[in-house]
Amino acid sequence: MDTAFRNPAIGPLAALLLAVAVFTVTTDTFMSVDNVSLILQQSVVIGTLALGQTLIILTRGIDLANGAIMVLGALVVAQLATGAGVPQGIALLAGFAVCGGLGLLAGGAVSRLSLPPFIVTLGFLTVLQAASRLHTRETVLVEEGPLTFLAQGGYLFGQFQVTVGVALVLITVAVLHFALTRTSWGRHVYAVGNDAKAAMRCGINVNRVLLSVYLLAGLLYALAAWQAFGRSPATSPNAFPTANLDTITAVVIGGTSLFGGRGGVIGSYLGALIVLVLQSGLTQAGIDPLYQQIATGILVILAVALDQFTRRSTR
Amino acid sequence: MTPILQARGIVKRYGHVTAIDGADFDLEAGEVLAVVGDNGAGKSSLINVLSGAVLPDAGEVLLAGSPVHFKSPHDARLAGIETVYQDLAVAPAMDIASNLYLGREIRRPGWRGKVLRQLDIRAMRQRAQKQLDELGITTLQSITQSVENLSGGQRQSVAVARAAAFGSKVVIMDEPTAALGVRESAQVLELIGTIRDRGIPVVLISHNMPHVFQIADRIHIHRLGKRAAVVSPREHTMNDVVAIMTGATELAA
Amino acid sequence: MITRTTRRALALAVAAGTALAMGTACTATKQAGASGPTDGPVKLGLVTKTDSNPYFVSMRSAAEQEASAKGATVIAKAGKEDGDNDSQVKAVEDLIAAGVRAIMITPSDTKAIVPVLKKAQQKNILVIALDTQTDGNQGVDATFATDNTQAGVLQGQYVKAALGQKQPRVALLDLQPGVTVGDQRHNGFLKGIGLADSAREISGRGDTNGDQGKGQTAMENLLQRDSGINAVYTINEPAAIGAFTAIKNAGKADGVVIGSIDGGCTGVQAVKEGQIAATVMQFPGKMARLGVAASVEFAKSGAKPQVPTTGYIDTGVQLVTDKPLGGLDAKDTAWGAQNCWGKK
Ligand SMILES: Nc1ncnc2c1ncn2[C@@H]1O[C@H](COP(=O)(O)OP(=O)(O)OP(=O)(O)O)[C@@H](O)[C@H]1O
Ligand SMILES: [Mg+2]
Repeated sequence: MDTAFRNPAIGPLAALLLAVAVFTVTTDTFMSVDNVSLILQQSVVIGTLALGQTLIILTRGIDLANGAIMVLGALVVAQLATGAGVPQGIALLAGFAVCGGLGLLAGGAVSRLSLPPFIVTLGFLTVLQAASRLHTRETVLVEEGPLTFLAQGGYLFGQFQVTVGVALVLITVAVLHFALTRTSWGRHVYAVGNDAKAAMRCGINVNRVLLSVYLLAGLLYALAAWQAFGRSPATSPNAFPTANLDTITAVVIGGTSLFGGRGGVIGSYLGALIVLVLQSGLTQAGIDPLYQQIATGILVILAVALDQFTRRSTR
Repeated sequence: MTPILQARGIVKRYGHVTAIDGADFDLEAGEVLAVVGDNGAGKSSLINVLSGAVLPDAGEVLLAGSPVHFKSPHDARLAGIETVYQDLAVAPAMDIASNLYLGREIRRPGWRGKVLRQLDIRAMRQRAQKQLDELGITTLQSITQSVENLSGGQRQSVAVARAAAFGSKVVIMDEPTAALGVRESAQVLELIGTIRDRGIPVVLISHNMPHVFQIADRIHIHRLGKRAAVVSPREHTMNDVVAIMTGATELAA
Repeated sequence: MITRTTRRALALAVAAGTALAMGTACTATKQAGASGPTDGPVKLGLVTKTDSNPYFVSMRSAAEQEASAKGATVIAKAGKEDGDNDSQVKAVEDLIAAGVRAIMITPSDTKAIVPVLKKAQQKNILVIALDTQTDGNQGVDATFATDNTQAGVLQGQYVKAALGQKQPRVALLDLQPGVTVGDQRHNGFLKGIGLADSAREISGRGDTNGDQGKGQTAMENLLQRDSGINAVYTINEPAAIGAFTAIKNAGKADGVVIGSIDGGCTGVQAVKEGQIAATVMQFPGKMARLGVAASVEFAKSGAKPQVPTTGYIDTGVQLVTDKPLGGLDAKDTAWGAQNCWGKK
């Protein structure tokens, strides 16, 4: 089996189950149908952003600008829909175009110009934050409609509330997992992250793979913007200020290597869930939220140590 | 007969370093051509041009007499030229079957392949196993081992097997025995013989003179970025070759 | 292959265990006695903009003190940065799930936070805004806040009195455009000093984000434009201290009156040392105490606090200076050091 994507989600899954078990035992309120449903709803935005981050990290890159791209996209959508009176569906498509275009631009800089992803996305972050604030300084509210469609939902088994957004994030994870592990494109993504020069010599068009990854990441950020409207029908240039670090945290806890070429999207989504479970559980237990930060930080370091350890032991 | 693969007046510069300085190259049908030369003579650079990994600054490459312009290794691969690079060009976290089929994956038949573009992982594994068996490569136990878990020699076998399995016109090997033990080296040499017997010419870059003299039909001696001479191992001794390599003797190319 | 996967899983499990160990240890003590939401102590939630700013730290510790005096407990949460609406939304949701009776919040995004607050209200949870009103007071039952306009007016009146007969040449060090608090203080200041926004006496303005470093840079740039500036409005004390540094470096420390707002202990100290002429103190601790009192009352009797027509309950402001002027009601820095917020 390829070690690149061999059961990379088992570790984070165990951690998640352990955390759930601990909070179930130690608090009265954590393990309830409503709270589990809530945590899933809380996962949709960072969870979706983390998928794009995973793709980029798999190619040995890093994306510091994902939150900024999403926020700019969301602002464009909101302004078109509320200020300019464009139908919401069309405004949403424009958001996908904006985020996809920005992803393509970043991908072009990384592939064609061979610039380091850290620097490219740092530049994007700085520019886009300013661009968002030039665009508007205020919170923009959106009306109910296609933009807030993901907030709709129904009940499973009579009482378990599932929103369209939660279903969509799960579908997105599944589709991406399939694409990464069962298609040529996916293998090429891993190969580029393993060793770009080797991939090139195996006949893989490395630039095109990189471009496709950044484009797809951009589209996922637009999807995250849509998910964010489902969570809260408003956006502002100050929203999600730490999305970049939050997603890197989720990806790393999820077992994807920051050195590229190994890991997967399921782990990243579980990583996002772990952070939320810690957040929720410690709140239910009435414990200072700073312990949540400490726990998350320890998990990140352990996950990276584990990655180093497996990489070294296989060399 | 026209040579299968030719190069004329190839020049490649890296900044101030001239890696190839107007080199010529000829590979005849059905032969094993050894390429020898000191470290830094420009051997790898030359074969990188032949395999499309590097674009030359000047000169032309001809395949079966007609000029070709490889823009990437992909182009060369499509033309039937397979290469074992000095640094192997394998993806460490992927298994042997995946590496053999990297960049030429097989899709599932039917709608799953066409619509979902789903890979046929089982077919790739089966065929990879068959190819290894046919080539008589016994050093690799399981096709599903990750390349990073293999020894240096086993990794080299993977790269050699890949080139041997897919090269239809030309197989180029840049120091394929560098990391190998005596037995494994003998296997690779045998493999080179097998490939030649199938009618596919092989370019072998090596610093190991006994190997070269054992297997090569002709020896291309590279010196200071140029072809210094082409000699026959039957008419020249190892000492002659070393003398030309180091510039102690000159011989018309 | 199996062994390595298992090892990896085990190690991560241990990782999570380690990380959670502290959590469970604390839980054991805190949960003791809390068998159900009704007969245990009243649980209250507090969500601040950040948990690093001393302003919110003092708000939080005041809330915790007041709560324990009244037999309630406070679960405190915070956004990661000012403007981080998503974290605040999650915090409110988690608090609802934890079964709190009241939520006190300093909203980072006054519009975007509204839907989740309404959700809390629907669950019969009292929602109280502290320091900052939500948009149109939606989603909250009461707000305890500073009258920011009045704070600005006091600063303006004091600066005017300090200038006396001198022709004012004023620099305005604002927060950033589009933020209500900033606009209210800015306009209040202009009202207090008696100048229009477009007056010739206004030499220039700069954005500081309430940050000392940015305040210094903005002031340096304004002094380049007009070296004759003799009065400075500042949005808060860090900006004022930055402005003072710039003015001192330009060798004009004696000729410029700096006014400010906040009442942080560092700010009061700066007033004492003469860097800032006067500051207008606000009372985050009082907001928190009043908020907790109202929450506990609600939990007991179901009664909600009465809100005046201004839309919020004014927790007051106080001019602090060692040079009282113009008949303005002022306290000295000794009093200020007693009543300031942050590290005393
Ligand atoms: N990518 C590159 N960038 C800069 N210089 C290079 C590059 N590749 C090769 N060179 C230089 O070109 C020259 C020829 O190198 P090349 O690798 O072709 O030699 P070689 O004959 O294969 O040597 P060896 O026997 O050590 O493999 C050397 O001086 C090398 O430093
Ligand atoms: Mg070489």
